Amino acid sequence: MRFSRKNLNIPYVLFLLLFVILPLLVVCYYALTDGQGQWTLQNFRNFFTNGKTLGTLLYSVVIALVTTVVCLLVAYPTAYLLAKGPFRRGGVLLVLLVMPMWINFTLRITAVKEILNVLEGNLAYHPFFNTIFCMTYDFLPFMIMPLYTSISKLDDQLWEAAQDLGARWWQVMWKVIIPMSMPGIISGVTMVFLPAMTNYVVLDMVYNSTYIMGSLIGSYFSAYDWHNGSMISVILLLLIFVISGLSSKVAGDQTEQRGGVTL
Amino acid sequence: MAETIIELRNITKCYEKDTAVIEGYNLEIKKGEFVTFLGPSGCGKTTILRMIGGFESPTSGEILLHGEDISKVPPNKRPINTVFQKYALFPHLNIYDNIAFGLKLKKRSKQEIDQKVKHALEVVDLEGFEQRHISTLSGGQQQRIAIARAIVNEPEILLLDEPLGALDYKMRKEMQLELKQMHEELGITFIFVTHDQEEALTMSDKIVVMADGRIQQAGTPEEIYDEPSNAFVADFIGESNIFNGVMTGERKVTFCDQEFVCVDDYPVGTKIEAVIRPEDAVLTKPEIGKLKGEVISSIFKGTYYEITVLHGKNEIVVQGQRDLPKGESVGINIEPDGIHVMPYDIAKNHFTGIIDDEMRLRFVDNSLKVDMTRIYPGAVLKDGLLYTGNGNYIATEGVKVDAYFNPADADLSDDPEAGTVQGHIVSIIYKGDHYSYIVRSKNEVDYYVNDEYLWNIGDYVSVVIPEDKIVYHVKS
Repeated sequence: MRFSRKNLNIPYVLFLLLFVILPLLVVCYYALTDGQGQWTLQNFRNFFTNGKTLGTLLYSVVIALVTTVVCLLVAYPTAYLLAKGPFRRGGVLLVLLVMPMWINFTLRITAVKEILNVLEGNLAYHPFFNTIFCMTYDFLPFMIMPLYTSISKLDDQLWEAAQDLGARWWQVMWKVIIPMSMPGIISGVTMVFLPAMTNYVVLDMVYNSTYIMGSLIGSYFSAYDWHNGSMISVILLLLIFVISGLSSKVAGDQTEQRGGVTL
Repeated sequence: MAETIIELRNITKCYEKDTAVIEGYNLEIKKGEFVTFLGPSGCGKTTILRMIGGFESPTSGEILLHGEDISKVPPNKRPINTVFQKYALFPHLNIYDNIAFGLKLKKRSKQEIDQKVKHALEVVDLEGFEQRHISTLSGGQQQRIAIARAIVNEPEILLLDEPLGALDYKMRKEMQLELKQMHEELGITFIFVTHDQEEALTMSDKIVVMADGRIQQAGTPEEIYDEPSNAFVADFIGESNIFNGVMTGERKVTFCDQEFVCVDDYPVGTKIEAVIRPEDAVLTKPEIGKLKGEVISSIFKGTYYEITVLHGKNEIVVQGQRDLPKGESVGINIEPDGIHVMPYDIAKNHFTGIIDDEMRLRFVDNSLKVDMTRIYPGAVLKDGLLYTGNGNYIATEGVKVDAYFNPADADLSDDPEAGTVQGHIVSIIYKGDHYSYIVRSKNEVDYYVNDEYLWNIGDYVSVVIPEDKIVYHVKS
């Protein structure tokens, strides 16, 4: 048999089958069967008829939303300053900001926890705040990176052009810079919002006993209820598909508008 | 005479300490004029434009708009709009919103905006493009939108920063005429920046030729072309033959070993540079030509032939109506008004040095071992000390000495060790039988050197000055 370039993708396909497709099928199989191995939609029904699970979904969305907004508010000015500010080596500063990611995440959260402990006395009094704080700290780099990339690509002349036409600095920001960095904002939001819905380890660590989606799955699995746990995973998966589909559509429109323009 | 709209007074701009990109810049612009800043890249023309626009502020000096200093006023508060080099259109907005950007900020009514945008699109010949996206436009169309976006605000001054640089030749020609027409229709003052001399001559009421952050000459296109104030302007604007010469009588000038009658008058003996435009040199039969020579090249230029004639050691470029074979003998005559005479800047190549304790002469760029008896004629050197002819000791340390060398005596070399000083070539002017170079050292000292070989702008060279050709003179 002759070796062709096509054969190079064999390892990739094997990997994909073994570690992505197959587990996904297993998850789907469990989600759509009951304990006796009979096909059923009962698990699906369970999720949407149980007030507690729906409440968990709502709480997860709130946590993720607040985290995303706080991340965006902190990351945008930071990324802007790094990309366009007076620093000679914005790139180096960016690496410094992102570097904590190289340290194990539980270690980082533990450290933040200690600081919060000193400030607040008892962590148990502010579970929501602490959760948001630690989540923001954890996900901030994922927001800064795409924003930095997208802002540093903007032509400085656009700022001058807007100013020339009579815009004050905040008008330039609102009418030109922010709309034009939309692709960065969208990919940052996607990278923070979705993981924030399931990252229950943070909640555990700051003694927030309210469940989010991740903890719900965990609790089903630790009770050996593979079927309901898998169903929630599938629902989350669908949710992720919908959200990333929507955002890539918006981002796609943005990039399409940009095509052909030298930037 | 129209009133002055904007005046630049003694503007200086330094980006780093001590290195001025603009120095002592003074300029007055009249209302409604089409003014062009012309110069090679890096001459500071865009910097001046950006200062007028408000994107940069002068280190010192005043920018007066209707007599009021606006040098500290931010760009959004100036009645001045800019057409940027790369257009800088907003890619997230359609054409309507791009053009309406300034009007919307001024909170004009929807009706007024609609009507003005429509009119601006008519001015730039793009009616009906309102809803199109920027990315669907060609370069020339984007250029027009950029102009429309600026003029819709009815500025008092429109700044154009090399706006035609990115267009192809034909498109550029077209836009030049259209811009000129727009200027006439709108009656706004246009300030245009370009490095293309042809563009400047075509479009402007007034041209400001710049080099090295300074104005070389300001005047109408005719003045700049016919009466260049120095060799740089003559060389930069159009084709020219430039020769070194000397005044040899009343309205008589000698160059290329021939005496010519001219219209400019300077004292006899004044060293001059003579500029002859190729179209002012007339080809004749060899018998009746004042200059005689052989054709060494003939290039077709569309409407004429550019013919290079070798007279002795000097090359002269003339315009001919027909092709001439290589080697053909021809004569050249020049009418008095075809010769433009400029006094030669004799302040060149004068440097001041100080003698140190080792009897070396220290200059900004180097120190030279100098034979002290050349500085003090008649003096004698004994045991390392200097005495006058009658035995009196001369204290040399700390004495200031003026040194001068003739550009013709120096040469260029690419071996950094070979020369007395090193620097980059910042200017080249061809003078018939040699090139006249300006070499700028890292300490910003300019050396004028003639060399017969062609180097390039920016080349790092060393200037070989034979020690015995340097003329010394003790400063009192």
